[in-house]
Amino acid sequence: MSENLEFMMLDLFDFYDKMERNNILLSFKGDITSDLLTSILQIMESKMDNFQEEPKTKKKVYNVLVECLQNLYHHMDEAPTDSGEYGRSAIFMIGKLDGAYNVITGNYILNENVSGLKNRLDEVNSLTKEELKEYHKQILNNGEMSLKGGGGLGMVDIARKTGQKLHYTFQPIDEKVSFFSLNIKVTLNQ
Amino acid sequence: MEKFTLDGTPKTPTINFDLGSGVLEIKGRSIPENSIEFYKPLVDNLEKYGTSPKPTTTVNVQLEYFNTSSSKCILDVFKKLEAIHKGGSSVTINWHYEEDDEDMLEAGEDYQAIISVPFKMVQVAE
Repeated sequence: MSENLEFMMLDLFDFYDKMERNNILLSFKGDITSDLLTSILQIMESKMDNFQEEPKTKKKVYNVLVECLQNLYHHMDEAPTDSGEYGRSAIFMIGKLDGAYNVITGNYILNENVSGLKNRLDEVNSLTKEELKEYHKQILNNGEMSLKGGGGLGMVDIARKTGQKLHYTFQPIDEKVSFFSLNIKVTLNQ
Repeated sequence: MEKFTLDGTPKTPTINFDLGSGVLEIKGRSIPENSIEFYKPLVDNLEKYGTSPKPTTTVNVQLEYFNTSSSKCILDVFKKLEAIHKGGSSVTINWHYEEDDEDMLEAGEDYQAIISVPFKMVQVAE
């Protein structure tokens, strides 16, 4: 028992140290609920006020946060647990490093959905600024309204607002699910 | 005179729709998780208003933030207004954006390109 406790303490310092070095402002692991998102957005707003970020920066970061977190809320698939069951859980971190805000999200995705999402992300990453604008208009005007959200508009919007490529990985977990990580960078004063 | 109003929340905008004078205001933040549910009553009211609209209809949109799921619902609202415009009421959409908020200006221009209703881009101080 005491040995376990000691191990956890060491592990906790390791977490802390890594988060400190990456200047993580906020992190969360667990179920993503509507109330949680409201609180997170309020916390991040007041943090950015304290940093005296320019209104333009605040707006960009806020917009990207909303899209990233609502993506998790709507689309995360159930995760495998130790008991062999599956449950809703995801992770996200928000950091500020080297003149940029980073929004990192991780969630389980059913293997059957991996290639569809990968193709969509690659397509968004292949487009220029002008092409993204046209693509956005096209989905907005002709795309089917999904009950879950904007029917694929989220990633296009993030790419347009940040002017950056979407960095992602899919890590195979078992025969049913993979783990999807997304790293969005919002550069300041762009 | 009949009115449709909704108070704003941290995730949803204030809506004031005076059907008697033909003035609709949407102001604040629009980032709900379920945008369709939120915008349905407004779309329904616009449909009702469209059956006997005033000679002029003025729409003031002043959003600080909106998420992508709201963007589709806002387009639905504008499509209803487009139908009202074609139906004989002269509709104007005043799209407000804060100084330096290029993203919000661009969002307004995107709608302007899709919807056949006169838009006015109105810059407001931060």
